[in-house]
Parts: sequence; C-alpha cells; structure tokens
Amino acid sequence: MNLEAAKQAFYEECDELLGLMEASLLAVEASSGAARAEHINAMFRTAHTIKGSAGLFDFADIVAFTHLLESVLDRVRDETLAISPQLVEILFSSCDHIAQLVAAVREGRTGQDNPALTSALEAIFNAPQAQGLSVAAESRVEIEADGAHVVTSENWHLSLRFGPDVLRNGMDPMSFIRYLGTLGQIVFVTTLYDDLPEAEQMDPETCYLGFEIEFKAAPGIDKRAIENVFDFVRDDSRIRIVPPHAHMDEYVRLIKESPEGSSRLGELLVKGGALTPLELEEVLEAQRAAAAKGDHKQLGTLLIQEQLVPPVAVAAALDRQREHQTQKTREHRVVKVDAARLDGLIDLVGELVISGAAAQLAAEGTTQAALREAVASLTALVERIRDEALSLRMVPVGEVFSRFPRVVRDAARDLNKDIQLELEGEETELDKSMVDKLADPLVHLVRNAIDHGIESPSLRRTRGKPDYGTVWLNAYHESGSVVIEVGDDGGGMDRGRIRRRAIERGLIDEDAQLSDQQILQLVFEPGFSTAESVTQLSGRGVGMDVVKRNIEALKGFIEIDSMEGQGTIIRLRMPLTLAIIDGFRVGVGASTFVIPLDLVIECLDLPVSDGVPSHYVNLRGEVLPFLRLRDLFEIDTAPPKREAIVVVQYGTSRAGLVVDRLEGELQAVIKPLGQLFRGVKGLGGSTILGSGAVALILDVPDLIQRAAGDERRRVSATQTPDVKRLRSEQGSEP
Amino acid sequence: MHVSTDYNNDQLTLHLRGPFTIYEAGAAKSLLLDELHVADDMEVDLSEVSEFDTAGLQLLLLMKREALRLDKPLRFHGHSKAVLAVIDLYNLGGVFGDPVVLAGKGRS
Repeated sequence: MNLEAAKQAFYEECDELLGLMEASLLAVEASSGAARAEHINAMFRTAHTIKGSAGLFDFADIVAFTHLLESVLDRVRDETLAISPQLVEILFSSCDHIAQLVAAVREGRTGQDNPALTSALEAIFNAPQAQGLSVAAESRVEIEADGAHVVTSENWHLSLRFGPDVLRNGMDPMSFIRYLGTLGQIVFVTTLYDDLPEAEQMDPETCYLGFEIEFKAAPGIDKRAIENVFDFVRDDSRIRIVPPHAHMDEYVRLIKESPEGSSRLGELLVKGGALTPLELEEVLEAQRAAAAKGDHKQLGTLLIQEQLVPPVAVAAALDRQREHQTQKTREHRVVKVDAARLDGLIDLVGELVISGAAAQLAAEGTTQAALREAVASLTALVERIRDEALSLRMVPVGEVFSRFPRVVRDAARDLNKDIQLELEGEETELDKSMVDKLADPLVHLVRNAIDHGIESPSLRRTRGKPDYGTVWLNAYHESGSVVIEVGDDGGGMDRGRIRRRAIERGLIDEDAQLSDQQILQLVFEPGFSTAESVTQLSGRGVGMDVVKRNIEALKGFIEIDSMEGQGTIIRLRMPLTLAIIDGFRVGVGASTFVIPLDLVIECLDLPVSDGVPSHYVNLRGEVLPFLRLRDLFEIDTAPPKREAIVVVQYGTSRAGLVVDRLEGELQAVIKPLGQLFRGVKGLGGSTILGSGAVALILDVPDLIQRAAGDERRRVSATQTPDVKRLRSEQGSEP
Repeated sequence: MHVSTDYNNDQLTLHLRGPFTIYEAGAAKSLLLDELHVADDMEVDLSEVSEFDTAGLQLLLLMKREALRLDKPLRFHGHSKAVLAVIDLYNLGGVFGDPVVLAGKGRS
C-alpha cells in the first residue's frame, strides 16, 4: 500500500471514528453511572486511535489537539474531573475541530487553529486538582459504602450455552473447555443438560449442553485471551464472561438472560462458588427491583443510582466494551473499493446488458434450439449480474440518519426547545451517490422542522401536546421509488399566511387559483420565508429552494402534507437507482419508448372513442386521465385501429399513456440525453435496444403531472382544492 | 461401534466396543433406546469404548433419564479412560451415580 492509499484509509477511518466519538458523546450526555463511564472510555479510545494514526503521517496539529483532548478525557475517566454541561459542549466542539483538521489535511491545506478551544481544553486539563480531589475523595467514600456491590469471588465466571450445531460442525465443547484449562485452572464446572429433549425428539448430533464454569486465570491472562478461546463458536453460541470481583450488576444481567430461570442459575452460581448466598440474595433483589420498574434500561442505570462507580466495575465495563469492539470489527469485514471502479463495473454491466439483448434478438431469428437455449440462460445470468452490481452501490439510508441525533441536539439547544428524534426505516437501501447528496437537504428540512415546525413549549401546552416536540425521519420503498419522510408534530403550515406572503413577494397573482399542494409548494420558491423572526438556524429565505433544486437534480420529488395545529410531513420521493432499470417497451409509429417497469400498473385496450376526443377513461369507476404519446411527441403517422393504454403510477397519482403497440419487457441501460434534448420535458433518458436502435425513456412522473394538469385546465377553474391529504394518506402508508 | 448383547436371566448386559462419538451417535441412539425399552434390567459395559465425545455423553445422559422415566434400573460400568475423561471434565460423575474408579471434582 503506498502512502497516498494509506492516507486515504486514514481519512475514511477518521470519518468513522469521529462518528463514533460523536455517538459516544451523545450517549455520555444521556447516561449516568457506569454506562456513562463506558461511553467516556469509548470516546477516549477513538481519540487515542486518531492520534495514533495521525502520528504515522506526521499530521502534527491533529496529534497535538487529540493529545490534549485525550488528556482531558483521561482525567474524566479517572474521575478526577466531573462531567459538566460546559465540558460536554467543549467536547462536542472538539469533535468538530478534529473533523475540520482532518478535512484540512485531506484537501492539502493546513488546518485552522482554534486557540479559544485549545485554551479552554488546557484550562480544563489544568483545572485545580481541588475540584478533582473533592470528587475523588467523595468517590473513595462511595467505594467503601459500595463495597457490598462487588462480589468477593476471585474467579472468572464463564456462562456458556453452545449453539445446536457445534457438534455437527466438528467443534466439541469438550475441546474448548480443555483448552481453557491450559490458560489457568478450572475450579468448578457445572454441566447443564436441561435442554435435552424427550428421547424421541432428541437429535443425537445436536448439542444441548450448557456450562457454568469457575475459572482461575493464570497470570497475564485477560478477558480477551479467554474470549479468544471461544472464537470459533462465538457466532452461534451464547458466551458470557464475568471477571473476578465483578460488579453485582454483571450477575444480575447474567441471571436475567439465563434461559433456565433465575433461581436455577442462582443456585448454580452459589454451588460453583461464584456468589455467596448473601450476594445471590442481593442480586436477585436488585433484579426484582429492576423487573418491577419494567424497564430494561434500568439494569444499566441500576448500576448504582449513586453516581460514582467502583473502579472494578469500570474495568468490567471496559472489558465489555472491548468485547463489543471485537464483535464490531468482525461484523465489519468489508472491502473498501473506490467508487470510480464500481461505476466502471456498472458501465461495463450496462454494455453487457445491451450486447446480451442483441444476442437475444439474433437468437430469436434462428431455429437453432441449442443457441436459443444458451442465450436464454445467458440472459438470465446477465440479469443477475446486473442486480448484483447495482446492489453493490446500495447503502442503507441509516448512514445519513446517523448524523441526525447530533443535528437535532444542537438545533434544540440553540432554540431552547425540547426535541425528541425518532428514526425509522434506517435499513432502507438507496444508491450511494444519492445518499451522499441527500444529506444536506435532509439536515435543512430537519432544522426547519425544529425551528418553524415545533411550537414553543407554552404554546404546545395550550394545544394539549406534550412539552417536548417530536421530529421523525422515516424511509421506505414504494412503487419503484424510495420515500424519505421528515415529519414533526408541530404547528403545521398556515396556508393563509403562505398565500399572503407569496402575493407580497410577487410570487403569485392575487387571484391565482392554486391547489392545496401548490400553495404548500410555494415555500420552496426562491426568496420565500414566512418566519416572523429570523433565527440563527433558518428563516433567511435561502435553503428551501436549494433543497428543492437538489432533490430535483436527483430526479426526486417533494410532497408536503400539513395539518394546521397537528404537524407537517415532507416526503422526498427519490428514484431507486440511476443506472439500469427494468423497462417496458412500447411503440408509437416507428418509434420505440421505454417506461420504467416498476411504474407500470396494467395495460388495457383503449376503448374506441365515439368521435369526441376525450382525455380520460373510466377505469373501474375511477377517472383516469391519459396522454397520447402520438400527440405529445408529434409523431405524424396515422394511429392504428386499436390503441393500447398503459396505466402508470408514481406516488399516489396515476395516468394512462396511449400507445400503438406493447412490445414487452427489456433491461434498459439509462444513457443521458445529448445536449440537444436536455431540458425536453417528458423524457428521462435514452437507451440502446438490442437491434442497435435508440429508444427514449419516458419521464413518467412528469407525464403524470402533465396528464393531470391538462385535465385540470380543462375542468372548470372553480373547483375546490384537493381535500387535505394528511389524514387520508397516513392511513395508506405502509 | 460394535455392540454385543448378553442375557443373564432378566438382566441384559450391553458391551460397547470401539468409538462412541458423533459419527456413531445416530445409530447408537436407536439401538440403545430399543434395548432399554425391551429390557427389564440393563447394564452397559463401557470398558471397551475407545473414543468418546460430547455426542456420546449426551446419549448416556438421555439413557439415564429415560430409564428413570420408565423406572428401570440402568447402570453404566467399567468406564474406559476415554469415557471417564469426558465425564470428569464435565463434572457429571455425580449425575450418573455409577461407581467409577476415578472421581474428580471437575478439576482437570
């Protein structure tokens, strides 16, 4: 690996680590006690890793700053420094500062110093020990008082439940326990065979055993080493390792998780010497108390409601964290590939699809059965390669969502509002290039929701809502597109005010007839802002129009649902992918068009008209507006006797497209339109057919709007606007 | 695994020979259970078991439990080294309650 590639890896690692650091910090803010200590530790480690890697490349300023941060965190970790809101704030700024420094070296410039932040950190680090000492003194007292919470056993306790398939996979629990014996002394083994089923059902090759083991580790054997013993079976077995002098909580958890029930396991623990009977009593009591509260989080915080934790418990927490860490690295066994190479692959697959189609066409013209068969299987394979290749580019949208806890926290703090963030559908996948470009618009929408959407606590109270506002992000797939929702339970949009403001700003005429959706969409017009006051976050009239532009550049759409007094949902509807689609081929005259197959609902014969040119049909009782492609693209051939109508749907609206012929399915590699055709409405791109001919891909969303718009223009202009849609649509959400 | 049976009045003695591991477990299970259902009083001689593993051990546990359920006497005796090593490692000597020569407290 050359230096440049290594640096690249460093930048990516930094991005990940900074994300982790931020997540830890958020968690620090939200937790207390041992859980908090754990997060501090996690943060310390990320700072340490960044420092180490930066040192390799001689990035002196990053090293210097992370060193300072690390020192401060180390003091927090030793509990000689208390966590205060100011400190948390400074730590957040430190995260940001590191990100800036990294971004700077990435772009080859020297990072901007932040003397204020540096001196603040230094001041904290050098803060009089007095404050720290008093905390330390206090903690010492606590430890003594807390002594009863630590078990007396000097042995490690291992709780093992082997997976059913370990024997079949050639991994006998016996060998693991024997190997464990080489790392120290096995003091006591209890073998559990409670799971052994009835004689008939018992599968002799399935493992039903579990073990509770007291283990005295040889000097120098740490948790990692013990864990490694079970590396091969870790994935399908349940392995719990409790260190010597562990905190009671470890056992509370162990017992709680035990499939055998608490009293049975408790008995075993006493028998093996892991707990004294008195300690067991205490653990069970703690567990009952936690269960009574009915909140599993309690176990973490039960971890002593007292704020300070015995050092041993911190060590235990550290171990657990490490365990978590190793698991994480196992899960993230990924290959990093340059995006450009992926794009190259996709391009090639695109060519393959086209050549495949050509081969198929040629094969269809022959009578050679073998050839046709070969081509058929080739086509199937090409299809799979295409799907695989495209899915390589797909990433879960959670990648973007993960930055929002911080965004919301900062915004809520700046505006002095209490905001709760809910994330849903993080696993929904989306094209990588799109995910990157969606981040900024989403941040803007979320900030906007917090700033303008959520009312002040006092107003919320009078409206009978909880004091804290809720903002949510949700993602899901719907008819060939991905929908990302930004919702809030705030005041909703005031249509009257939007209208007045739009008239004021000269965006619409005073007597303009607008549908509900059109009024709402006005907020995306450049230079529009209804905020009574310009705040730090938004309301400067820039942004919303940029959001719209960005989304439209990605071929997406924005929908707004808003109920006054109840909230607003903004939906971004994005196409699934940008490269290759399954298409439906239709013909008009000598031309061929392609419609994205996902958007096609059904095909019908167009009813023979009685001479009156109409623009809608009655589709099972519903009015379906339609467009004649012949008219739209001005194709000068006579229509055939019978025309077909293809019903397409995008989002919630439908329309029909009238064509001459239905020509079946194909895979279409989307090629951008040439300069000449840029900006032609109704066309989304072009593709090359197997025959070598060019077909145009229809921009269905635009055509649907057009069909509906034409229809609306024809219908009298005095129609009432659409009914409010928030309620009706909420019902139909998946 | 080779099994020979030996009837002495109503008492059945099974002599197990050779390896008794996961490879034999499938066949061994049905064989042992069938015999147990037929016999009134059963003894299993383990002295010539050359290889033994967790799968074999599970079968012995199952037999023991099944015998208890059917209320029939079942004894394992003459545990070979291979068998003892496993029972000892798992600290299950007490569970079987059969007289064995070496009884460890689960210490290895």
